[in-house]
Amino acid sequence: MKIRQLSIFLENRAGRLAGVTKILGDAGIDILAISVADTTDFGILRVLVDDGEKAAEALKAQEIVCRLTDVSVVSVEGIPGGLAKVLETINASGVNIEYMYAVSQKKLPNPLMVFRFSDDPKARAALENAGVKLIDEEELF
Amino acid sequence: MPSFLSQKDYLDRKELSAIQLERLQRIVRHAYEHSPFYTKAFDAMGLKPEDIRALDDIVKLPFTQKTDLRDNYPYGLNAVPRSEIVRLHASSGTTGKPIVVSYTRDDLETWSETAARCFLMGGVTPDDVAVISYGYSLFTGGMGAHQGMERVGATVIPQGGGNSEKLLMLIQDLQITVICCTPSFFVHLMEVAGKVGFDLKGSSLRHGFFGAEPWTDEMRRHIEEGTGIIAHDIFGLSEIMGPGVAGGCDAHAGLHIFEDHYYPEIVDPATGVALPPGEEGELVLTTLDKWAMPLLRYRTHDITRLHYEPCSCGRTLVRMDPIRRRSDDMLIIRGVNLFPSQVEALLLPIKGIVPHYELVVTRTGAMDDLEIRVEVTPELFGDQVSVLEALQKEISSKIKGMIGINARVSLVEPGAIARSDGKTRHVIDKRFNK
Repeated sequence: MKIRQLSIFLENRAGRLAGVTKILGDAGIDILAISVADTTDFGILRVLVDDGEKAAEALKAQEIVCRLTDVSVVSVEGIPGGLAKVLETINASGVNIEYMYAVSQKKLPNPLMVFRFSDDPKARAALENAGVKLIDEEELF
Repeated sequence: MPSFLSQKDYLDRKELSAIQLERLQRIVRHAYEHSPFYTKAFDAMGLKPEDIRALDDIVKLPFTQKTDLRDNYPYGLNAVPRSEIVRLHASSGTTGKPIVVSYTRDDLETWSETAARCFLMGGVTPDDVAVISYGYSLFTGGMGAHQGMERVGATVIPQGGGNSEKLLMLIQDLQITVICCTPSFFVHLMEVAGKVGFDLKGSSLRHGFFGAEPWTDEMRRHIEEGTGIIAHDIFGLSEIMGPGVAGGCDAHAGLHIFEDHYYPEIVDPATGVALPPGEEGELVLTTLDKWAMPLLRYRTHDITRLHYEPCSCGRTLVRMDPIRRRSDDMLIIRGVNLFPSQVEALLLPIKGIVPHYELVVTRTGAMDDLEIRVEVTPELFGDQVSVLEALQKEISSKIKGMIGINARVSLVEPGAIARSDGKTRHVIDKRFNK
């Protein structure tokens, strides 16, 4: 049920993002979601791709530091208050959100969000109890 | 008319050589007979003190390295009984064990004499009021300059550095005419003076003796034009004695080495082969009359040239160029020594690996800035910003704990640090490269 995300270390300078996405494109990797966390010096690029292992290999071949991490993808109701309901559920469970970002896709009707939780099993159980749908890899790709 | 002490700066070179040879033979015998370290080294080479018949025979002697001082810490190179040792000093700013140096009463006399000759060369007289703003304690700078100034007969104020505003007050109130400190501290003092509206140019200060770290002609001009004082060079190293091994004269044509006490050679840093006069290489020094801890052919790793032609100031003592670089990659930052190996030693425990790294030193105004660039490896990488920021903080706080300097830690991508022949250059010193 968990989905593998690729996190990539980047220096915060011009052209780095273009460079990495080109490597992924050349390797035939499809990017579904992307987010950047940055400081003045460096950034961490996080991507959901259709083939994490292959993407990681392509990047490592170019000496780019990356790591595969398990994240959760949550289906959010596409109505006002949809995201708030999800976040309230997580908050009530006492779990922290390390980071989150949106997925851009047309396959499923509802918007999707990527989450990394401080306690993954606990957050997932709380969301399932509240009737929130968690997406697995097969549904996504 | 030069004072009694200064007359030694003007000896006929033949006369000087005779003194040097007599002292060299005497110290070689002393080292061989009383320092277990040298007994062992001589015996291993089949060398006897009587093999040194002329000054040129010095090349037969073994080199002494900084590692020999570490390996024989703290008293292993001593050549006198403990009861004759009256003072210890130690090196600053290194991890692990420092380098400890011992002095007999006679050694302190010699040290005071050469430091005094350095100040006399710059024009200090018993009428001067001198403030010592080098650090005291283990470091040789404070005590060394202090003793030399007392020997000259100046009024000496042991201020010890730091506390710039108070120092400005002392300059004003005590009518201080001479200051001894690091050049970067003095530039800092100039900045503080500017901020608080203190007129150094109109003050009583006339001379500055600057050493313990490399500095440039640009800094000299900046200091002299900004304050109206004369900026003099003073060179020394604690292994050999302390400040006052060499000093600059009015000709500003290099630093005169007090070679009746410290015998200089220049060798090829790679092969150790002695180089002819005038060629650039590593400075090697032999203490001609230091009894507690004689050092034969000590490898300073400082790169310079020796000039034996007469100086326009009239002194016959050999001159060396100011030190601008070293044969190893030791950095001197704000008066503190730092080797890349020390940085490696603190990077290693973090994840059990030493990533590619480089130390970049720059100078903004008076202050040296240290940046440590570290290539992020898969082991060091975490997928959260907080993990990487914690890594930066860990490295910089370890550096701070080791050498007391706030270093900026930059995390860079693999390959970002230039390699030459597959080997990374660990030190980029931008202070002296224009």
